[in-house]
Amino acid sequence: MAKVKLLQGNQACLEGAISAGADFFAGYPITPSSEVAEQAATKFPKLGRKFMQMEDEIASMAAIIGASAVGHKAFTATSGPGFSLMQELLGYAANAELPLVVVNVMRGGPSTGLPTLPAQGDVQQVRWGTHGDHSIIVLSPYSVTEVYYQTIRAFNLAEQYRTPVILLMDEVIGHLRERFDVPEGYQPEIINRKAPESKENYLPFRNTEDGVPPFIALGQGEGSRYHITGLTHGESGFYSSNPQVVDQFIRRLSSKIEDHVDEIAEVEECYTEDAEILLVAYGCSARASRAAVEKLRAQGQKVGLLRLLTLWPFPDKLVAKHCAGKKAVIMPELNLGQMVREVQRVCPSDVPVKSFTKIDGSLFTPEEIINFMKKGGCL
Amino acid sequence: MKAVYEKYFRSNLPHIWCAGCGHGTVMAAYALALEKLGYDKNDVLAISGIGCSSRITGYLDSSTMHTAHGRALPVASGAKMCEPRLKVFVFMGDGDCTAIGGNHFIHACRRNIDITAIVMNNNIYGMTGGQYSPLTPYGKKATTAPYGNIDHSFDLVELAKGAGATYVARGDVSHMKQLSDLIVEGAQHKGFSVIEAMTPCPTSFGRYNKTPDPAQMLQIFRDVTVSVKRAEKMTAEELEGKILTGVFVNREAPEYVEDYQKLIDSFQGGDK
Repeated sequence: MAKVKLLQGNQACLEGAISAGADFFAGYPITPSSEVAEQAATKFPKLGRKFMQMEDEIASMAAIIGASAVGHKAFTATSGPGFSLMQELLGYAANAELPLVVVNVMRGGPSTGLPTLPAQGDVQQVRWGTHGDHSIIVLSPYSVTEVYYQTIRAFNLAEQYRTPVILLMDEVIGHLRERFDVPEGYQPEIINRKAPESKENYLPFRNTEDGVPPFIALGQGEGSRYHITGLTHGESGFYSSNPQVVDQFIRRLSSKIEDHVDEIAEVEECYTEDAEILLVAYGCSARASRAAVEKLRAQGQKVGLLRLLTLWPFPDKLVAKHCAGKKAVIMPELNLGQMVREVQRVCPSDVPVKSFTKIDGSLFTPEEIINFMKKGGCL
Repeated sequence: MKAVYEKYFRSNLPHIWCAGCGHGTVMAAYALALEKLGYDKNDVLAISGIGCSSRITGYLDSSTMHTAHGRALPVASGAKMCEPRLKVFVFMGDGDCTAIGGNHFIHACRRNIDITAIVMNNNIYGMTGGQYSPLTPYGKKATTAPYGNIDHSFDLVELAKGAGATYVARGDVSHMKQLSDLIVEGAQHKGFSVIEAMTPCPTSFGRYNKTPDPAQMLQIFRDVTVSVKRAEKMTAEELEGKILTGVFVNREAPEYVEDYQKLIDSFQGGDK
């Protein structure tokens, strides 16, 4: 009989980072993410990779930015209060187009909030928390095994699109211990930032067909004596306030991601084909939703679940397609209704979208979701 | 004729610094230092924060990064940790380093990571128009201290010493060769090196403090600075109002990146 391996979500995250080829972690302790740092501190030196504990979360972001600029795959892990501090440099990473991964294990907020309890209150902050227009990629795993795969995907997407990527976990996913279902010796596909065809006359922010400029790491000889700045810049990397340059640059920061939403955004369809009532959920709320759907299906109710694995870029067309023709769409979230705004935005106007919210630090139960549907006259 | 150190500059000059600003002299002292150090330009990574000082990285022909206000040191720390072979220089202004970046500064000192930090101290926030910084002397005027500054200033050298930097020096732009030599020594030092470079800001500091003339400010620098060596022979009375320059700390201590490499090496040949 094969051995069953139990792993915690935060541990699975570190395993994913190792498989993805991450070789630098910088972080600051914060519940409920600290296990990621502890695992990195323990395992990285044994693998010839490096760990740094910084003086705060601002410095943690700064350090991984430095690491990324010299060509390394770097990441940090944090939670709400720390993530708030990271917003400044998250914008820098977006502007300078430096690939990196930020793991945010969400807890209740605002402020110190509920450090050890689950909430999904950061789902809009991840998208809009830093100032200025930009796009970003945010992944939301819902099981320990999926944490592993999504962590690898986070690094791959960061490299492919030269962008910060956020792995947005629920506290209860980060701390959950469950069966880790990754085959022994699994070799994931690894994506590295694309190199320019020639190092001669290298333009570090040159627009290309896919909107992603080829990359040479700083300090790597020919082509690497260029400039990175958080100022708005042209293709050479130097500051520009020329309206045309600014316009092209800022639009590209968004379009290089938004134009590829079909390749980036993933959803899982569960009994959606013939569903009359559709649940849309992500993270731990999708676990309860799934259980609710299974129960209702056993009773012959035509209920389905659309699970969002990617929160941003938001898959407008995909969600709209699934919502079309439904009697009702219901979105349970551990916040006061944040992602439901996106569903409402894209859902055909004749389909009612109902937000089911919970912010008391406890999880949804399948029964609560079923009762909500009954009370709302959906069943 | 071009000065020998101009090969370390990019061709996108002129710079943005005001007439009479000392930052160009700091840049020349740094370029002169690189020439003495004999570093390959390809191995140099220069990182700055935000402010007038930070624009220096735009003019230097090496790998350069203009980061966020106060954040140059932790960015540099991550880069140095990952690519130890690079010669990493960090340029900061006084507000950049000791106000918004103060926490990063003391921790970089404590960590003793092999980075050379050059603090271009003009005692004011110049870029934003002359607000007082943590290094604006008590009683001096600024646009946010129009009646005189009642904040007490840091002594950057004492701050760096107290936080554990293993090389601490101060120079000024009226003594360019000394400043350049200090940068050389700081770069050669294994560990975290801090070099305060006193640089005049006639536009935003001088103008509000009755010293708007650049030449006059340079003269003041010449008059008030005394090398630590000369100071040894001077009385307390003679030293009243003087600012000491030279090397204050130069000691050996385990360096951060090397220590981490030792840890990695200790695992070679099996898990412990």
